[in-house]
Amino acid sequence: MSDDRSTGGPPLLQLQGIEKIFPAEPQPVRANDGIDLCVRAGEIHAVLGENGAGKSTLMKIIFGLLRPDAGSMRWQGQPVQLASPQAARALGIGMVFQHFSLFDSLSVLENIALGLPAGWSPDHSLTPLRQRFEAITASYGLQLDADRPVQSLSVGERQRVELTRALLGSPRLLILDEPTSVLTPQAVDSLFVTLRQLAAEGCAILYISHKLDEIRRLCSRCTVLRAGKVVGEVDPRQCSESQLSTLMIGAAPAALHDRTGNRGALRLSLHQLRLPPAQDFAVALHAISLELYAGEILGIAGVSGNGQQALMAALSGEDRRVAAGMLRIDGEALGGAGPASLRQRGLRYVPELRLGHATVPEHSLSQNVLLTRAGPDTLRHGWLRPAGMAAMAAAVMQRFGVRAAGVQAQARSLSGGNLQKYIVGREVSAAPRILLLAQPTWGVDVGAAAQLRSELLALRYAGVAILLLSEDLDELFALSDRLQVMAGGRLSPVVPTAQMTLERLGRWMSGLWEETQHAA
Amino acid sequence: MLLEPMRSQLGVWRIERRPAATAWMRWASPLLALLLTAVIAAMLFAMLGKNPWQGLAVFFVEPLRNAYALSELALKATPLMLCALGLAIGFRANVWNIGAEGQFLLGAICAGWVALLDLASLGSVGLISLLLLAGMLGGMAWAGIVAWLRDRCNANEILVSLMLVYVAQLLLAWLVYGPMKDPAGFNFPQTPRFSAASVLPKLIEGTRLHIGFVVALLAALAAWLFMFRARAGHALQVAGLAPQAARYAGYSARRALWTSLLISGAAAGLAGAFEAAGPLRQLTPYVSAGYGFAAIIVAFVGRLHPLGIVLASLLLSMFFIGGELAQSRLGLPNALSGVFQGVLLFSLLACDALILYRLRRVV
Amino acid sequence: MNEINNLALLSTLIAATLSAGTPLLLAGLGLLVNERAGVVNLGAEGMMLLAAVAGFALALATGSDVLALAGGALAGALAALLFGVFAIYLNTNQYATGLALSLLGGGLSAFVGIDYVSRNLPRLPLTGIPWLSDLPWFGPALFRQHWAVYLALLLALLIGVFLQRSRAGLALRAVGESPESAHALGLPVRRVRLAAVCFGGACCGLAGAYLSVIYTPMWVEGMVAGRGWIALALTPFATWRASRVVIGAYLFGGVTLLQFHLQSIGVEISSALLSMLPYLATILVLALISRNPVWIQRNMPASLGRPFTPGQ
Repeated sequence: MSDDRSTGGPPLLQLQGIEKIFPAEPQPVRANDGIDLCVRAGEIHAVLGENGAGKSTLMKIIFGLLRPDAGSMRWQGQPVQLASPQAARALGIGMVFQHFSLFDSLSVLENIALGLPAGWSPDHSLTPLRQRFEAITASYGLQLDADRPVQSLSVGERQRVELTRALLGSPRLLILDEPTSVLTPQAVDSLFVTLRQLAAEGCAILYISHKLDEIRRLCSRCTVLRAGKVVGEVDPRQCSESQLSTLMIGAAPAALHDRTGNRGALRLSLHQLRLPPAQDFAVALHAISLELYAGEILGIAGVSGNGQQALMAALSGEDRRVAAGMLRIDGEALGGAGPASLRQRGLRYVPELRLGHATVPEHSLSQNVLLTRAGPDTLRHGWLRPAGMAAMAAAVMQRFGVRAAGVQAQARSLSGGNLQKYIVGREVSAAPRILLLAQPTWGVDVGAAAQLRSELLALRYAGVAILLLSEDLDELFALSDRLQVMAGGRLSPVVPTAQMTLERLGRWMSGLWEETQHAA
Repeated sequence: MLLEPMRSQLGVWRIERRPAATAWMRWASPLLALLLTAVIAAMLFAMLGKNPWQGLAVFFVEPLRNAYALSELALKATPLMLCALGLAIGFRANVWNIGAEGQFLLGAICAGWVALLDLASLGSVGLISLLLLAGMLGGMAWAGIVAWLRDRCNANEILVSLMLVYVAQLLLAWLVYGPMKDPAGFNFPQTPRFSAASVLPKLIEGTRLHIGFVVALLAALAAWLFMFRARAGHALQVAGLAPQAARYAGYSARRALWTSLLISGAAAGLAGAFEAAGPLRQLTPYVSAGYGFAAIIVAFVGRLHPLGIVLASLLLSMFFIGGELAQSRLGLPNALSGVFQGVLLFSLLACDALILYRLRRVV
Repeated sequence: MNEINNLALLSTLIAATLSAGTPLLLAGLGLLVNERAGVVNLGAEGMMLLAAVAGFALALATGSDVLALAGGALAGALAALLFGVFAIYLNTNQYATGLALSLLGGGLSAFVGIDYVSRNLPRLPLTGIPWLSDLPWFGPALFRQHWAVYLALLLALLIGVFLQRSRAGLALRAVGESPESAHALGLPVRRVRLAAVCFGGACCGLAGAYLSVIYTPMWVEGMVAGRGWIALALTPFATWRASRVVIGAYLFGGVTLLQFHLQSIGVEISSALLSMLPYLATILVLALISRNPVWIQRNMPASLGRPFTPGQ
């Protein structure tokens, strides 16, 4: 850490040996495992890592939201212990959250007032604040109307509220957690202008992201995290994207299988699916078309919150607003038919949320079989067959190596990996013709993830049509035959995986595929 | 405060939710709550200048002292059991029907109306069957209003079912002061006594215990089958526990709403019919001793489980009888029973909270 | 002659409506603050009953309506504190805990109040507001009321200002909107919620004591007669806004009185049936306003009824 620095002044924040352990069954999770970090005034410092690498935990520790279990923190050389966000703010640390901590029914100005360290002062008037608000937004080019309720703002505007709130605290260090994950490219550009201006004024910026191109454009230092540990500190301007991604993922994405032609008939198709948001703040779907063939894995990439939930609800039949002709299985118009009818036609779905969607947390594994496996083995004339249900659960557990106290164990007592094996096993052992999976390996331990992936490949070779929705690019590259990208409620054109590069994928994830098409 | 980590030389400790409450804990909680209630009751007796042991004996020993006392215990447990079984099915579906009292009264009114019709030609069995059916339909209709308003208008079922309790009470008052008043009753607010043909068969001669108790026990068995062996019951509970999982499975939320409310209404209405045709034999403004509300406590103390409800209804029946005895033996107001019911429910909530959470060393 | 009679009748109507609406207004305002912080307390009826008996006992002992109402508010706040410790710190189910409080309040008030049944309080002379109450037409009706009537209106104004204009009110709304975000900003979520719950209890207590000490004035078991539940229905009716609670409270207060007016003008309907009107009106209003989810949810605290545990 003694190499010369082209940017940055004296060390502002120094972390040494930060550890954070979360209790979990069956074993605790080491979210941060001996992390060292040094941030200097005036530098834009990236913290790069995949989902679950421990970035957000680290930032929460720096902002006083979490207390580290071990390690030390120095601010301008002095040891500090941050007990609360107020303490962090008092030092001059500001934060813009990944999931905005805004209050929808309150106005922009009210939201900003709440975030300021005024405590419980009797100052009821917002007038002085309004003046400061207007000065700050003007000087950083942040266009905002102080009196609009936050619920009427776009995502980009909401982020500007967060940013303005942080800037009003005159921060010496500003933390941004995945700030561009929900932004349009234009909004990203204007955010970068603001950030560069801030850095030029001497403010240090910690920029948390997993987007390689942005980090290379913006940042002068980059600390890479993997599985809670620092695996490298580099100058991202001197690195290629593949070097960065190798550091982040551990190995360059490689195909797991040869993708020999195995494609069969068209099984599932969506035609011009349009759906308004199911509730407030959900994403609308715009003219989505896709085709899924037997014997292939179609990967859907994209940052979560871009309409994936709505797409899966439509495909699985849970959203009954889909017009009949929009969704076809083997040519039969089945939109709005409901999950049970689609299941009868061989469509099986593994939802992202394991507890509360794929299973009832309080019910036993045996009872949870019934959610998707109602049939002669489990039911007789509307009455349950507990022996049949238990036998089915036991068979799933045995075939997929699910570790649990038994078929009577509550679903919520299982670890993430074991529960996912149970859920995938429950659907796979029903001999699906079409299998939809959302984030199947998210939060699953390495061994279970590998097992699930090889199951999927086996199914592909057996002729099942598989749609794999994932945020894990490594997984998508390894498994998919073809790739599509979801952004802003739209679906990109489809390309064979071999023709997709990380760089192109990154652009598409920002919703920029039309231009790409013309350029290509 | 309570849930924040506590730092000490022994490390960092935190109170956190247990990943899965084991079965014995779920059942230990009501017992612990009962113990806690008894302790508070003893303290209350002492404060009122009574001998705590004598006071506790009135509530927990006297109602069990002989066969007749036991028959009275079972008699008062009958409406509690029926109402609580219905409520438990609703609560399991996350449908907060708290108006069993009103559905109970409608059951009593409808059964009383049938009992007062000139239907002697039906014979005793026919008449009794008809009046019990009328009671169930009355309760279902009252609960059906709640379901309809929730389904069509999204009106909060807690408030609607509760409002309908007051409406039912006033409807009963109107009937016994007006259209159904006994012309030969010296202007008392009461209906004529029901005909002999409608007398419910007794389980034990010389007591007031009637077949309703057996029906309630059978209802508990039926409720158990419905909850744990029927697909409809399973679907309803999935809807209550995890609505998203219910959509995933393809279960209808509307069906869960209607089914649970109609079952609750039928059970409470049946309880009202039994109460009117059994011990009361006529309608007065005081048909219910608050069974519909006490049944909420029965359902929670019984862990929403039919077997637990059978036991809890006997316990709450002891509270009702103990309250009456406290009045005659100790000169304490009957309302003491209501105090203990409330204390029991609070104790249960406290015991649940303490049992479901545990201390865990974090570092 | 007839006109003078009509005027007198209308004047009585207004006076009675103000008086009948006051307990609903007090309780409704308390529950509004309570719910704006994200907590539903179904124990309103129980708190009002406890406060009614406490207030009545104090009035009988001291002869002071000020002490009686203050005592009622204190009783309500203490009952709410019990609820708050359970629902906020032990994370018990808010509905179940509120029901428990309603049942306990009903039982305990009946038990404690047994000695007060059929005791009478002297009716307090109503001084009203000098000068204004001597105005012709509706002067006496509007301005010769017990001071608690004006206190309720003042409270409505203060709560409206508190919620919309003050920093503390802003924090309270934030806690009810998203306790997680409020916690992330460093607001003491559970303390804010407990304070709001206790304030709600104190207001319900004032309402209960007003009923037994001033409105009726007497103590009978269960005398609150569902007003706690009606007050709970007032908050969605008012879409969680103080000014609309005022309208709703007087509206329901007027409906409560309708039976007396209808009887006084000779309508031949049994009083039992007429007494159903407030409850039926509540159901009707709930059904009508709930039909439009957008309308209801516009001001509904987003985390209403949702428990919150920091650090998870």
